[in-house]
Amino acid sequence: MNNRVVLELAGHTVNVSLARVLVAAFIAPLDPDITELTDIKTAVSEAVTNAIIHGYGEDARKTVRMTLTLNDRTLTVEVTDNGIGISDIPTAREPLFTTLSDMERSGLGFTVMESFMDTVDVISTPGMGTTVTLTKSIHEATEA
Amino acid sequence: MLHQEIRKKVLILSPSAEIDAHSTERLRSTIDHAFEKSPCTHMVFDFANVGFMDSSGIGLLIGRYKQAEKRGGSVALVNLSAEMKRLYTLSGLAKIIATFPTMDEALAHVKGGAQ
Repeated sequence: MNNRVVLELAGHTVNVSLARVLVAAFIAPLDPDITELTDIKTAVSEAVTNAIIHGYGEDARKTVRMTLTLNDRTLTVEVTDNGIGISDIPTAREPLFTTLSDMERSGLGFTVMESFMDTVDVISTPGMGTTVTLTKSIHEATEA
Repeated sequence: MLHQEIRKKVLILSPSAEIDAHSTERLRSTIDHAFEKSPCTHMVFDFANVGFMDSSGIGLLIGRYKQAEKRGGSVALVNLSAEMKRLYTLSGLAKIIATFPTMDEALAHVKGGAQ
Protein backbone atom coordinates (compact mmCIF):
# COMPACT_ATOMS: atom_id res chain seq x y z
CA MET A 1 0.00 0.00 0.00
CA ASN A 2 1.24 3.50 -0.79
CA ASN A 3 0.06 6.55 1.10
CA ARG A 4 1.19 10.02 2.16
CA VAL A 5 0.16 12.51 4.85
CA VAL A 6 1.61 15.94 5.66
CA LEU A 7 1.05 17.53 9.07
CA GLU A 8 2.06 21.00 10.21
CA LEU A 9 2.39 21.51 13.97
CA ALA A 10 2.91 24.67 16.00
CA GLY A 11 6.19 24.50 17.93
CA HIS A 12 4.59 23.61 21.25
CA THR A 13 5.36 20.37 23.09
CA VAL A 14 1.63 19.70 23.53
CA ASN A 15 1.66 18.71 19.85
CA VAL A 16 4.17 15.87 20.28
CA SER A 17 1.41 13.49 21.35
CA LEU A 18 -0.61 14.49 18.28
CA ALA A 19 2.31 13.48 16.04
CA ARG A 20 2.43 10.08 17.79
CA VAL A 21 -1.30 9.53 17.39
CA LEU A 22 -1.12 10.39 13.70
CA VAL A 23 1.75 8.03 12.91
CA ALA A 24 0.03 5.22 14.84
CA ALA A 25 -3.15 5.73 12.82
CA PHE A 26 -1.17 6.00 9.58
CA ILE A 27 0.45 2.57 9.98
CA ALA A 28 -2.58 0.85 11.55
CA PRO A 29 -3.71 -0.69 8.21
CA LEU A 30 -0.41 -2.62 8.14
CA ASP A 31 -1.24 -4.24 11.50
CA PRO A 32 2.17 -3.64 13.14
CA ASP A 33 2.96 -5.58 16.30
CA ILE A 34 3.16 -3.74 19.64
CA THR A 35 6.98 -3.51 19.51
CA GLU A 36 7.02 -1.98 16.02
CA LEU A 37 4.25 0.42 16.96
CA THR A 38 6.01 1.53 20.15
CA ASP A 39 9.36 1.85 18.37
CA ILE A 40 7.86 4.10 15.70
CA LYS A 41 5.84 6.21 18.15
CA THR A 42 8.90 6.67 20.37
CA ALA A 43 11.18 7.65 17.48
CA VAL A 44 8.59 10.13 16.15
CA SER A 45 8.20 11.55 19.65
CA GLU A 46 11.97 12.11 19.84
CA ALA A 47 12.24 13.70 16.38
CA VAL A 48 9.31 16.09 16.87
CA THR A 49 10.47 16.97 20.41
CA ASN A 50 13.95 17.79 19.08
CA ALA A 51 12.46 20.06 16.40
CA ILE A 52 10.28 21.91 18.93
CA ILE A 53 12.69 22.14 21.87
CA HIS A 54 16.09 22.32 20.19
CA GLY A 55 15.15 23.72 16.78
CA TYR A 56 12.73 26.37 17.97
CA GLY A 57 13.34 26.70 21.73
CA GLU A 58 9.60 26.00 22.16
CA ASP A 59 8.27 28.87 20.04
CA ALA A 60 4.61 28.13 19.25
CA ARG A 61 4.66 30.69 16.42
CA LYS A 62 7.01 28.41 14.47
CA THR A 63 5.96 25.39 12.44
CA VAL A 64 7.22 21.80 12.41
CA ARG A 65 6.33 19.83 9.29
CA MET A 66 5.96 16.06 9.49
CA THR A 67 5.56 14.05 6.29
CA LEU A 68 4.58 10.39 6.53
CA THR A 69 5.04 8.20 3.47
CA LEU A 70 4.22 4.55 3.06
CA ASN A 71 5.75 2.62 0.18
CA ASP A 72 4.49 -0.92 0.35
CA ARG A 73 5.48 -1.81 3.98
CA THR A 74 8.22 0.79 4.42
CA LEU A 75 7.38 3.84 6.50
CA THR A 76 9.31 7.07 5.99
CA VAL A 77 8.89 9.89 8.51
CA GLU A 78 10.38 13.27 7.63
CA VAL A 79 10.42 15.91 10.37
CA THR A 80 11.52 19.40 9.34
CA ASP A 81 12.00 22.61 11.28
CA ASN A 82 13.35 25.96 10.15
CA GLY A 83 15.06 26.59 13.47
CA ILE A 84 18.61 27.07 14.68
CA GLY A 85 20.03 23.96 13.00
CA ILE A 86 22.80 21.68 14.22
CA SER A 87 26.41 22.76 13.66
CA ASP A 88 28.00 19.42 14.57
CA ILE A 89 25.74 16.53 13.63
CA PRO A 90 28.10 13.65 14.68
CA THR A 91 28.40 15.14 18.19
CA ALA A 92 24.64 15.77 18.40
CA ARG A 93 24.06 12.08 17.58
CA GLU A 94 26.35 10.86 20.36
CA PRO A 95 24.52 9.16 23.27
CA LEU A 96 23.91 11.46 26.25
CA PHE A 97 24.96 14.62 24.36
CA THR A 98 22.61 17.49 25.14
CA THR A 99 22.77 21.25 24.94
CA LEU A 100 19.96 21.48 27.50
CA SER A 101 21.15 19.56 30.56
CA ASP A 102 19.58 22.16 32.87
CA MET A 103 16.18 21.16 31.43
CA GLU A 104 16.91 17.52 32.36
CA ARG A 105 17.08 16.49 28.72
CA SER A 106 18.64 13.02 28.68
CA GLY A 107 20.53 13.45 25.41
CA LEU A 108 19.16 10.14 24.17
CA GLY A 109 16.91 11.37 21.37
CA PHE A 110 19.09 10.32 18.43
CA THR A 111 20.18 7.11 20.21
CA VAL A 112 16.53 6.12 20.57
CA MET A 113 15.77 6.98 16.94
CA GLU A 114 18.79 4.96 15.74
CA SER A 115 17.94 1.97 17.94
CA PHE A 116 14.23 1.84 17.15
CA MET A 117 14.22 2.66 13.42
CA ASP A 118 16.01 1.07 10.44
CA THR A 119 17.67 4.27 9.23
CA VAL A 120 18.07 7.82 10.53
CA ASP A 121 19.33 10.61 8.28
CA VAL A 122 19.97 14.15 9.48
CA ILE A 123 20.43 17.16 7.21
CA SER A 124 20.97 20.47 8.93
CA THR A 125 22.19 23.97 8.13
CA PRO A 126 22.97 26.22 11.10
CA GLY A 127 20.52 29.09 11.15
CA MET A 128 18.31 27.47 8.51
CA GLY A 129 16.90 24.35 10.15
CA THR A 130 17.00 20.59 10.31
CA THR A 131 15.36 17.67 8.56
CA VAL A 132 15.40 14.25 10.21
CA THR A 133 14.33 11.33 8.04
CA LEU A 134 13.44 8.02 9.69
CA THR A 135 12.57 4.79 7.91
CA LYS A 136 11.33 1.44 9.14
CA SER A 137 9.98 -1.67 7.45
CA ILE A 138 6.88 -3.09 9.08
CA HIS A 139 6.78 -6.86 9.02
CA GLU A 140 3.84 -8.83 7.76
CA ALA A 141 1.87 -10.33 10.64
CA THR A 142 2.33 -14.10 10.89
CA GLU A 143 -0.60 -16.35 11.67
CA ALA A 144 -0.57 -17.77 15.20
CA MET B 1 -2.23 12.62 36.24
CA LEU B 2 -0.16 11.67 39.29
CA HIS B 3 -1.22 9.68 42.34
CA GLN B 4 1.01 10.13 45.39
CA GLU B 5 1.20 8.06 48.52
CA ILE B 6 3.66 7.67 51.37
CA ARG B 7 4.22 4.11 52.55
CA LYS B 8 6.90 3.11 55.04
CA LYS B 9 8.40 6.60 54.57
CA VAL B 10 8.80 6.04 50.83
CA LEU B 11 7.13 8.42 48.38
CA ILE B 12 5.22 6.28 45.90
CA LEU B 13 4.43 8.05 42.64
CA SER B 14 1.97 6.61 40.14
CA PRO B 15 1.69 8.71 36.98
CA SER B 16 -1.28 8.03 34.73
CA ALA B 17 -0.20 9.82 31.61
CA GLU B 18 1.87 9.45 28.49
CA ILE B 19 5.31 10.66 29.57
CA ASP B 20 6.85 12.99 27.00
CA ALA B 21 8.44 16.44 26.84
CA HIS B 22 5.10 18.11 27.52
CA SER B 23 3.88 16.06 30.47
CA THR B 24 7.27 15.87 32.20
CA GLU B 25 7.24 19.61 32.92
CA ARG B 26 4.19 19.29 35.17
CA LEU B 27 5.20 15.91 36.59
CA ARG B 28 8.61 17.28 37.58
CA SER B 29 7.26 20.24 39.53
CA THR B 30 4.51 18.17 41.19
CA ILE B 31 6.93 15.42 42.25
CA ASP B 32 9.60 17.82 43.47
CA HIS B 33 7.03 19.74 45.50
CA ALA B 34 5.68 16.52 47.06
CA PHE B 35 9.16 15.20 47.83
CA GLU B 36 10.29 18.50 49.32
CA LYS B 37 7.28 18.58 51.67
CA SER B 38 7.61 14.93 52.66
CA PRO B 39 9.96 13.36 55.22
CA CYS B 40 10.85 10.67 52.65
CA THR B 41 14.31 9.91 51.36
CA HIS B 42 13.28 7.34 48.74
CA MET B 43 10.92 7.35 45.74
CA VAL B 44 9.26 4.44 43.97
CA PHE B 45 7.62 5.04 40.59
CA ASP B 46 4.74 2.76 39.66
CA PHE B 47 4.38 2.67 35.85
CA ALA B 48 1.24 0.49 35.77
CA ASN B 49 -0.82 3.32 34.28
CA VAL B 50 1.80 4.77 31.95
CA GLY B 51 0.97 3.85 28.37
CA PHE B 52 3.93 5.54 26.73
CA MET B 53 7.29 7.02 27.65
CA ASP B 54 10.03 8.56 25.52
CA SER B 55 13.50 9.77 26.55
CA SER B 56 11.96 12.78 28.33
CA GLY B 57 10.90 10.25 30.97
CA ILE B 58 14.49 9.06 31.32
CA GLY B 59 15.53 12.67 31.97
CA LEU B 60 12.74 12.97 34.54
CA LEU B 61 13.89 9.83 36.38
CA ILE B 62 17.56 10.87 36.38
CA GLY B 63 16.54 14.24 37.83
CA ARG B 64 14.45 12.62 40.59
CA TYR B 65 17.28 10.21 41.35
CA LYS B 66 19.52 13.22 41.96
CA GLN B 67 16.88 14.72 44.27
CA ALA B 68 16.67 11.49 46.31
CA GLU B 69 20.44 11.14 46.35
CA LYS B 70 20.74 14.58 47.99
CA ARG B 71 18.81 13.11 50.94
CA GLY B 72 20.82 9.92 50.92
CA GLY B 73 17.98 8.02 49.31
CA SER B 74 17.34 6.11 46.12
CA VAL B 75 14.73 5.49 43.42
CA ALA B 76 13.16 2.25 42.18
CA LEU B 77 10.62 1.43 39.47
CA VAL B 78 7.77 -1.09 39.27
CA ASN B 79 5.42 -2.30 36.55
CA LEU B 80 7.49 -1.23 33.54
CA SER B 81 5.97 -2.69 30.38
CA ALA B 82 8.17 -4.77 28.08
CA GLU B 83 8.25 -1.84 25.63
CA MET B 84 9.27 0.69 28.27
CA LYS B 85 11.88 -1.74 29.56
CA ARG B 86 13.60 -1.61 26.16
CA LEU B 87 13.97 2.17 26.46
CA TYR B 88 15.07 1.83 30.09
CA THR B 89 17.76 -0.72 29.13
CA LEU B 90 18.92 1.39 26.18
CA SER B 91 19.31 4.43 28.44
CA GLY B 92 21.71 2.71 30.84
CA LEU B 93 19.44 3.80 33.69
CA ALA B 94 19.55 0.28 35.16
CA LYS B 95 22.98 1.10 36.60
CA ILE B 96 21.46 3.59 39.05
CA ILE B 97 17.72 2.85 39.23
CA ALA B 98 16.53 -0.71 39.75
CA THR B 99 13.26 -2.09 38.42
CA PHE B 100 11.02 -4.65 40.14
CA PRO B 101 7.92 -6.67 39.26
CA THR B 102 6.14 -5.85 42.54
CA MET B 103 5.78 -2.88 44.86
CA ASP B 104 6.82 -4.96 47.89
CA GLU B 105 10.14 -5.84 46.26
CA ALA B 106 10.76 -2.22 45.28
CA LEU B 107 9.99 -1.02 48.80
CA ALA B 108 12.24 -3.68 50.31
CA HIS B 109 15.03 -2.62 47.94
CA VAL B 110 14.96 1.09 48.73
CA LYS B 111 14.42 0.53 52.45
CA GLY B 112 17.31 -1.91 52.48
CA GLY B 113 19.53 0.71 50.88
CA ALA B 114 20.67 -1.70 48.18
CA GLN B 115 21.81 -0.19 44.89
